[in-house]
Amino acid sequence: MPDNTVSAPITRDDAYFRLRQEVEEFYYDEAAMLDERRFDEWLDCLHDDILYFMPMRFNVKFGQHAERENTTADEGMSWFNEDKWTLRKRVEQILTGVHYAEEPLSRVSHLITNIQVKEASPSAADATEIKTSCRFFVYQNRVEHETYNYVGRRYDTLSRENGQFQVIRREIILEQNILLAKALTTFF
Amino acid sequence: MEKNIFGDTDLDAGVVDRRIFVDEEIYRRELETVFTRAWLFVGHQSQIPNPGDFFTSRMGEESVILVRDKKDEIHVFLNSCRHRGMKVCRYDSGNTSLFTCPYHAWTYSTDGKVRGIPQYKDLYDGVLDREKWGLIEVAQLVNYKGAIFATWDKDAPDFETYMGDALMHLDMALDCRDGRPGGSEVIGVHRWVLPTNWKYTAENFLGDSYHNPSHRSVDLIGIGPSGRAGIKGRRDGELETATHVWINFPQGHGVHSAVQPSFGNYTPPASDDPEIGEYFAECHKLRQERLGEESRLLPFTGNFFPNTGYHGGQPRGLVVWHPHGVDKTEGWRFFLVDADAPKSVKDYLRKFYMRYSGPAGMTEQDDMENWLYASKSCKGVIARRNPFNYQLSKDAAQQNPIVNGIQIRGRVTTQMTEHMARGYYRRWMDYVNDADWDTLMGKHDPRHNVVQAAE
Repeated sequence: MPDNTVSAPITRDDAYFRLRQEVEEFYYDEAAMLDERRFDEWLDCLHDDILYFMPMRFNVKFGQHAERENTTADEGMSWFNEDKWTLRKRVEQILTGVHYAEEPLSRVSHLITNIQVKEASPSAADATEIKTSCRFFVYQNRVEHETYNYVGRRYDTLSRENGQFQVIRREIILEQNILLAKALTTFF
Repeated sequence: MEKNIFGDTDLDAGVVDRRIFVDEEIYRRELETVFTRAWLFVGHQSQIPNPGDFFTSRMGEESVILVRDKKDEIHVFLNSCRHRGMKVCRYDSGNTSLFTCPYHAWTYSTDGKVRGIPQYKDLYDGVLDREKWGLIEVAQLVNYKGAIFATWDKDAPDFETYMGDALMHLDMALDCRDGRPGGSEVIGVHRWVLPTNWKYTAENFLGDSYHNPSHRSVDLIGIGPSGRAGIKGRRDGELETATHVWINFPQGHGVHSAVQPSFGNYTPPASDDPEIGEYFAECHKLRQERLGEESRLLPFTGNFFPNTGYHGGQPRGLVVWHPHGVDKTEGWRFFLVDADAPKSVKDYLRKFYMRYSGPAGMTEQDDMENWLYASKSCKGVIARRNPFNYQLSKDAAQQNPIVNGIQIRGRVTTQMTEHMARGYYRRWMDYVNDADWDTLMGKHDPRHNVVQAAE
């Protein structure tokens, strides 16, 4: 499973900007699938070997952030640490029509912004593996008065085969300590 | 005479007034009478293995520090400077030799004593007695099989007396899967805020098995430990052939456990992964050898008065429902595994725990939805004129019956019931009325003092 660490800064040449635009389009398509509740279609955006990970985050002493601020994928509990099987189960659950935390369905909008390509290999011009970072603002309105605002960062590794992107690793950094929502029923 | 703050609540009739979930006056009294007296779960020793290690927790609405001092002794302190009250620790966990208040820089050592007060000699000498102004410490603390419980009441009975016959059910959550006492570790804590009164959640964990239909979506799709093998349900069926027992204890605790009819009726979880399945089968065999007939008693869920819930197997852990205002609860979910289990087993379990539990868990999301909208209804004027029905399996309990050849201590039914909730609210009313400890331990409750003939 690839991690999301970046080895060297990428050169921002024409190939970079072209690739970034392609990535942006992919992200907007993906957001539209989720917001328009085309969940099955969204699953196709995810690589079969995906790691979908949202750590829990701690208040730690200055200087310990790199080491201790977030839970890791390798051990212990996080908010999400799942593979494609589990994500498919989440979609199946919504489609049962009796998943009461999403029945009736919430109204959700994904705003994806600050998109940058951090690494492209073998090169921006013919990349098959791309590391990106972006910000998200996910707005959820539920039933009548329930509203949740999820703001954070996303660090992805995308694979590209025959011009098609898929997410193979997604790390979702929600900017919260104690979770301020009653349930994380939306995808990020 | 004081008006009856419990309204139409009548537990003999099996009705509970909705006001108890929304009334500010009742909530204020709960904070003073329940959370200052009862034993509360604070954390686990595995979270603070080394001297100087601390974990910031809660008791009721208040922040506390669980810390192992430099001499290896465990303490629980109110997280509030004695001078003006600022939190002396705002990290979730770590290691330290001092807690320093950010406001006027009073410092305290890990045993809670005042270490430094700025300009003490010039400004306080001869006036402030340093011995008296250390961090405020709980009145009693126990390390029970690694689980740290504490109370602010020096007159509270000791922990084991407080737990009574419910203790063996806590054992089943804390002990190793092979029956060795203790030996578990916390692998993470989910913390989240949910918009419901804290009693809704506590009551659910008492053994409200009647809410099963609310989990139909996960049962249909199959997310259990063996879900990948195509097995439906949200758990593996290790309790399928067992006789389930719903138990109310005089102290207000309630559990739902199960008794296997014979040794042969046990199906270990993890049929999708032979290696993991073998590990659990081996644990089960060792547990049988160690505990004999008693090993046929298996844990499911429960709640120890007032707000420490547990899941005993799938998943496994303790959960504390901290009051956070009358209409909010902070859930702190401590997940447990055997400390010496192989990494593959821990990985298998934590991934199941994550997809099952808490606000991101497919099962419990649906609980959160129900708790929100159910408790919200209690604010309605008309709604509040109509109390809730708690009559499920009323008058069906037996005292200390024999079930599948094992005596089960407490008031027991072998059918779904709300008698744990009825018993819980009886004790809860005693606390809110500031009753003496004998009353709080159910010694004057006739239901628990009738000697019934065993089957």
